Amino acid sequence: MKNSDKGLNHDEPILFEIGGMDKSGVDLNEPTFKENFIGDCFEDREIGLPGLSEPESIRHYVRLSRKNYSIDAGLYPLGSCTMKHNPRLNEKLARLKGFSEVHPLQPLSTCQGALELIDEISIWLKELTGMKAVTMTPKAGAQGELCGMLAIKKAIEARNECNRTKVLVPDSAHGTNPATAAFLGFDVVTIKSDKNGRLNFDDFKENVDKDFAAAMITNPNTCGLFEDDIIEIANYIHDAGGYLYCDGANFNALVGKVRPGDLGIDAMHINLHKTFSTPHGGGGPGSGPVVFSDILKDFCPAPLLKQDEENYYLVENHNDKDIDKSFGRLCVFHGQMGMFVRALSYMMSHGSDGLRQVSEDAVLNANYIKSSLEDILTPAYEGYCMHEVLFNDDFLSGTGVETIDFAKALIDKGYHPMTIYFPLVVHGALLVEPTETESKNSIDQFIETIRELASKTQDGEDFFKKAPIYTPIRRLDETKAARNPVLRWQKNDVIAAE
Amino acid sequence: MRYLPLTKNDREEMLNTIGVNNIDELFSNIADKVSINPKFNLPNHKTEMEVERHLSLLSDKNLHADNSNFFIGGGSYKHHIPASVDHIIQRSEFLTSYTPYQPEISQGTLQYLYEFQTQVSLLTGMDISNASMYDGSTAAAEAVSMAKRITKRNEVILSNTIHPHYADVIKTISGIKDNEFVYNRNFSIDIDYLFNEIDENTACVVIQNPDFFGSCYDLSSLAEFVQSKGALLIVVVTEVLSLGMMKSPGAMGADIVACEGQSLGNPMNFGGPYVGLLSTKNKYLRQIPGRIVGESEDVDGKKGFVLTLSAREQHIRREKATSNICTNSGLCSLAFTIHLTLLGEKGFKNLSRLNHESALNLKEKILKIPEVKLLNKSFFNEFTIALPIKGEVFVDRMAEKGVLAGIPVSRLINNNKELDNFIVVASTETNTEDDMNSYIEAANEVL
Amino acid sequence: MAEIYFTKDHEWIKVEDNIGVVGITAYASEQLGDIVFVELPEEGITAEIGKDIAVVESVKAASEVYSPVSGTIIKSNEDLNSTPEIVNEDPVGKGWFYEIKISNNDELLGLMSEEEYQKHIGD
Repeated sequence: MKNSDKGLNHDEPILFEIGGMDKSGVDLNEPTFKENFIGDCFEDREIGLPGLSEPESIRHYVRLSRKNYSIDAGLYPLGSCTMKHNPRLNEKLARLKGFSEVHPLQPLSTCQGALELIDEISIWLKELTGMKAVTMTPKAGAQGELCGMLAIKKAIEARNECNRTKVLVPDSAHGTNPATAAFLGFDVVTIKSDKNGRLNFDDFKENVDKDFAAAMITNPNTCGLFEDDIIEIANYIHDAGGYLYCDGANFNALVGKVRPGDLGIDAMHINLHKTFSTPHGGGGPGSGPVVFSDILKDFCPAPLLKQDEENYYLVENHNDKDIDKSFGRLCVFHGQMGMFVRALSYMMSHGSDGLRQVSEDAVLNANYIKSSLEDILTPAYEGYCMHEVLFNDDFLSGTGVETIDFAKALIDKGYHPMTIYFPLVVHGALLVEPTETESKNSIDQFIETIRELASKTQDGEDFFKKAPIYTPIRRLDETKAARNPVLRWQKNDVIAAE
Repeated sequence: MRYLPLTKNDREEMLNTIGVNNIDELFSNIADKVSINPKFNLPNHKTEMEVERHLSLLSDKNLHADNSNFFIGGGSYKHHIPASVDHIIQRSEFLTSYTPYQPEISQGTLQYLYEFQTQVSLLTGMDISNASMYDGSTAAAEAVSMAKRITKRNEVILSNTIHPHYADVIKTISGIKDNEFVYNRNFSIDIDYLFNEIDENTACVVIQNPDFFGSCYDLSSLAEFVQSKGALLIVVVTEVLSLGMMKSPGAMGADIVACEGQSLGNPMNFGGPYVGLLSTKNKYLRQIPGRIVGESEDVDGKKGFVLTLSAREQHIRREKATSNICTNSGLCSLAFTIHLTLLGEKGFKNLSRLNHESALNLKEKILKIPEVKLLNKSFFNEFTIALPIKGEVFVDRMAEKGVLAGIPVSRLINNNKELDNFIVVASTETNTEDDMNSYIEAANEVL
Repeated sequence: MAEIYFTKDHEWIKVEDNIGVVGITAYASEQLGDIVFVELPEEGITAEIGKDIAVVESVKAASEVYSPVSGTIIKSNEDLNSTPEIVNEDPVGKGWFYEIKISNNDELLGLMSEEEYQKHIGD
């Protein structure tokens, strides 16, 4: 293979080009049994899995890792994603053997500490949100949405009002909201945002009728704005016999400062991987516990954690009498325990006082960026924002530069871009979420960089269209990838390449 | 507060720039409606040492696989994880990056996912795989939803020996009504029953292999029959190591395969996070949910990887998406792929055989205990035994002696008295001869 | 001589006797961008006026295609399976989606003429 490395910028071939069928990085004893007990389906087949020795493996993955941007290496202002620092204490504690090496179906007498931990994090979440009940099992935010909406569906069935099939979702919502509602067979009606970036309450009211089941509202919403009418909306929903589901993806703006339970919501998921800093890991694993109001708590999924005088125990089968109204089960065991340990460690480290400081600093940082850039970028809405600030692409108009080009140029300046083209309600959206774990120096430097790039847009589009140029790979042809999907390596790839 | 960089001075300067006097002015539109800064009944911040002490105390209360004699399986397995796996997944660039939306600065994640998709396809014997699901049970549920979309039929038949919690998850997530769901919880798989139930309304038949009780099946003729009725065969695998000794689900004719991948690279973690594997045939490519990585090239013609086929996904299709799935199980899929790379073909098959051997040895020893019967005619690394006493009583008594002896079937199926004395026992490469002898010794004492 | 009609959802239909050929307009294909996949209806199935019958996907968007008329699908354009880009290149020609046997010619009366459609997208 030809060497095209440049300094620290190494190319790394794919595993299937460097691994060997006779190579291994694990020493194992030889099995000695004579006859197997597998039966008819036994087969000694050739699978085709290449192996690497330990030094080769480490080099392969370390070289790959160096092609990734990360929050540890720099500001990661992805709006709606809350890329904050991931404390290493949390990683250490999640690896305690009394958590990591415990089996989910051990006798309950042997895992009381694990159950107690689930109880503790439940108490924190209920207290911080001011809600009556919590279910810890959802595997991620989107599954949390599914959980909340299943509870709502079950509650509607319990009232014998199955005609209620309509779910209202603002046009600024995360795509998971309408997808979740539709997945459950609800009819999704999109509600327009008003000129202030908030849900249009009049349009909302017009769509509430006898078929109305629920609304799914993100608060603060994806424009980084608090839904000022939320209490009036909640009352309106309840008077109409419906439920209010809140997408809690943006809880980082409120934690320790405002209790969602005071806003009239009936169910809300919390992304432990956003607000409570469990690492994003390149796209998971997440964890999406859901808090419930009194009227929905009986419909929670199995398992249910309970406590008698001496012990914790789990109600696991949803025909058991304690949970006979439950809508069912969302995953095989008890949820993302590894994430609970990390999140509890984070909550205890901050405490009630520190968590309030979290939301205050997150909101402060976002507004500071807004104030420092509003003369050169174009904020999508007037007024203070919450933990993230949204710009539209008016500042690019006439330059030939598009939002995507601006984002790619930011990469060449050493930053991960902000979220772009979301929310859909703002043209060429740029959504910036700095989080509370950035220092003022770091934010000042980011502001400086954005200002420099924004002025540069006046010098023509060329610089931006070419970007990025300093990355391991430049802009990729996404059309080609989608037209002729190549989703795995095949033996004949090599032959073709040779 | 050690995680918050802003100083008091910084905050004042920043408030000045914004033009407000104090932080609560930024929350004033909320304060108009509801009280802010409520008093919480929660402790204030703690030092690193204090937090560590508290959580260590909770951890110490649990019996775990390394301080007990451990023989539990049932969808979560104890295997040895090479030290380098945990080292690599803790690298900042993998641990603290987001979903690879910007491919130019995410090739590390994208390339390993492409390699992961290839490894999974090879293991399952299928054409293509996605970049992982939350876990095996949710992968199975998504497979069922996928089958319903493909066949445009609603009825789902679950084999009677699928993990009972998997059955519950499938039913809940795929939104199957009672009359569209055929499932009868008992010990042995009843192929004739399955054949009889399949008709023109059947979207899919779901079979776990090896099943919840540990038995292995050749599903080739079932696959043929299912497909002759226009339905799909979904094969669920909870112990991915079994694929080192068995015909692949693909070779047996499966249309969709849903696996739990925890056995490679991921500790048991009291149930999560895990990594679900989902594979299918090329022709169902656009019906597969979740993230998928594909190959492409950049403007200079250099090969690279990118998230692709995203028009199926919720952020574009919204209410018309194939699923509401957003995240995959990134870091767990990384652990999986590193472990499998370290093993390689030879190591994987060897590890598979060591598991089988361990279970064979345990079986020999267990059957010497009076009145204990083996119920399986085949197994991989776990099997079911009938005891002279209730399984739950046995398992509790064994736990008192430091042996985690298996799963009493009645914990998962509590409405079938015939199963009360059954337990499912697993033995892996981690169990030594001494572990097994102590198991037998303890069992002889408690029975 | 075939007559061409348009829908407000940007489909076109060319009609000769009671057979129609359906596709999406140049405007729609431009809005979608590079088309990467078209999901076509199976031959022999029944289409209902205004109901989704096909799906067209680009990298960043996906859109339903609604049948301009009711009828039975006679043929789908299989060339689109391997070369979906012809929808971009020749939307009202080689990039057709399917042929339909129209069950009720009166339904055509509710569709737009080319002139009306041009006005519709101009608004």
